[in-house]
Amino acid sequence: MTSTVPLARPRDRRPHDARPTVFAGARIVDPARGLDAVGSVIVAEGRILAAGPEVLNQGAPEGWEIVDARGKVIVPGFVDMRVFLGEPGHEHRETFASASRAAAAGGVTTIVTMPDTDPVIDDPALVDFVLRRAREQAEVRVHPMAALTKGLAGQETTEFGLLTEAGAVAFTDGRKSVASALVMRRALTYARDFSALIVHHVEEPTLAGAGVATEGEYASRLGLPGIPREAEAIMLERDMRLVALTGGRYHAAQVSTADSVEILRAAKARGLDVTAAVSINHLSLNELDIGTYRSFLKFSPPLRAEADRQAVIEGLAEGIIDIVVSSHDPQDVEMKRHPFAEAAEGAIGLETLLPAALRLVHDGRVSWTRLVEALSLRPADRLGLEAGRLTPGSRADLALIDPEVPWVLDRHELRSRSKNSPFEDSRFVGRVIRTLVDGRTIHSLSS
Amino acid sequence: MTRAPSTPPTPAFPHRHLLGIEGLSPQEILALLDKADEEVLVSRQVEKKKNVLRGRTQINLFFEASTRTQSSFEIAGKRLGADVMNMSVASSSVKKGETLIDTAATLNAMRPDILVVRHHAAGAVHLLARKVSCSVINAGDGAHEHPTQALLDALTIRRHKGTIEGLTVAICGDIVHSRVARSNILLLNALGARVKLVGPSTLMPAGVDRLGVETFTDMRVGIAGADIVMMLRLQRERMNGSFVPSVREYFHYWGLDQEKLDHAAPDALVMHPGPMNRGVEIDPEVADGPQSLIAEQVEMGVAVRMAVLEALAEHLPNF
Repeated sequence: MTSTVPLARPRDRRPHDARPTVFAGARIVDPARGLDAVGSVIVAEGRILAAGPEVLNQGAPEGWEIVDARGKVIVPGFVDMRVFLGEPGHEHRETFASASRAAAAGGVTTIVTMPDTDPVIDDPALVDFVLRRAREQAEVRVHPMAALTKGLAGQETTEFGLLTEAGAVAFTDGRKSVASALVMRRALTYARDFSALIVHHVEEPTLAGAGVATEGEYASRLGLPGIPREAEAIMLERDMRLVALTGGRYHAAQVSTADSVEILRAAKARGLDVTAAVSINHLSLNELDIGTYRSFLKFSPPLRAEADRQAVIEGLAEGIIDIVVSSHDPQDVEMKRHPFAEAAEGAIGLETLLPAALRLVHDGRVSWTRLVEALSLRPADRLGLEAGRLTPGSRADLALIDPEVPWVLDRHELRSRSKNSPFEDSRFVGRVIRTLVDGRTIHSLSS
Repeated sequence: MTRAPSTPPTPAFPHRHLLGIEGLSPQEILALLDKADEEVLVSRQVEKKKNVLRGRTQINLFFEASTRTQSSFEIAGKRLGADVMNMSVASSSVKKGETLIDTAATLNAMRPDILVVRHHAAGAVHLLARKVSCSVINAGDGAHEHPTQALLDALTIRRHKGTIEGLTVAICGDIVHSRVARSNILLLNALGARVKLVGPSTLMPAGVDRLGVETFTDMRVGIAGADIVMMLRLQRERMNGSFVPSVREYFHYWGLDQEKLDHAAPDALVMHPGPMNRGVEIDPEVADGPQSLIAEQVEMGVAVRMAVLEALAEHLPNF
């Protein structure tokens, strides 16, 4: 007798909130249209029906849900281009389900996952797996990046064509740099045939060596092995030359120094197809925050001196740095409860991405429009995703933000399965109070 | 009364060596093809023997293993009556320290009339030709030239299409490492064909668009409307991640199957210099199908090499 194994069924999901919803009186920030004005947003059948100051001056038809959004800000949902998961292989750190809840709480409606899992996402069947698990488990959109080299070993390029067809949106070795200039050259060349985007962690690995903090006075006082800032500049400069040589499409996964901003400025002036992101950690923190060896503040690249932090904020405001990412990297306590030099790198960040970034807005360093562009529109466009805008007709992925509410981060309230936040007990002003994907509310602070 | 100007009779092939297609005029190429057409008839007779090379010594000097080219040259020489000797120089003897020049000098002392040379390094055959007193035929030097392959391809095409001029020929696959591609580009351009190169960018030589060709990475676009689809062999060591990521991805995008071939002209013909990697650059169904000229190319190879040997024999000293 044979038995049939039932296929896993996608979770029963309402298509979208049943009746049209009007968010009335909100400040609408939609960089795609250069719109920053008070008005209303109508969401119907999973799409933006209208969004702007002239919308619904006559009042809403009967039966529509009206949300009083006065004093609030509505933005296109964030597209986070650098999210590490624990699934497959390390589900105790983070799953699609837990990452999705954390993302929703942070107004992130699209996460782009890194291939550094176990197994490494370097085969079309594994891209299928990620997409299937995401469909079943996640309420936010999930797009995987696939490995740039097989097994992240930095030697042999992966099947960019077949992986792209399977649904990979870009190619990266995640936390690792590709040391071989020849491999990177071939990867950029081959990727061109599929218009694939190469995403690279810019750190010269032989120069970085066993370093764990930015080389300088502070690391020396702490007795920590240092990484010179030049490790980033050398790799980024090398890559710019290779992009010029090959005509490839390139994105620097995270930049963190003043030198990098200048290298990018020059590359863009030459017309190279280059973008770059900065992590919220490097925008918010500097090397002094390591304090007494706080391992939750160990990052790659390491936190920099204050002058570099100021330079990347300026680079972001100018648009030389295109994109802001959370670099969400869940690590269980075991991986962090080590002496600083031996502890794992990385911190979670999906839930604190906006509140931490809002500090730059409150301080007058970055405009609302520029911030939302860096969090939503630019990453969506760079990856070719249908997201990042509130234009009528677009999918209703959006976040409703209370920009003025003060609050303190309590690690016990974090949705992420790992609690390694560098912002534990930090005070913030402003947070996401409601998140919609396809017009469906997937997070609401009151609920 | 004026005397008619007396012009000395110019031989149809005025070169002592055949080192490449480069340097041959269209008339010289066509003359070789005409002669090769005659040699085809010789090879199809019961009596396949001519005596134009009787008493001559031909040495096939192969620094790189090759079954079909070496045997093709051997048969060609024998059908013309030459004494043919095959020398395979293992790479180990190179490691023993004998230089190419030493080898050439040694062989030259044996007083051969014709040297057929294959070498893994571009330019090696040219170097050797400067050091010997006999005629030299390039049977392939590195990724540089393989002139008799281009000639046999042209002969095969001309016998089916009547002419080369005006045809569209797509050369597909590993262009960057291919001497066959380089010789064919030169010859087909010289005879007025339109040449398209198709392959992944990693296998396309830099600056190749300056050689009078169009380049394509999308195979269906590249072979659209082509009269001839010429496939190239992908070496095994290039398959796994260095130039292309895998065999399956290569075959998926650049392997010639019937579906892709249907984008070429309806009467398109398929060629391959061999040896083939079935299932890598070409689907067995296509390789053995009705549009394939692959077996015929081998026959034309003997004829072309006979024609080349005979043309060079005209310049051999007769004392």
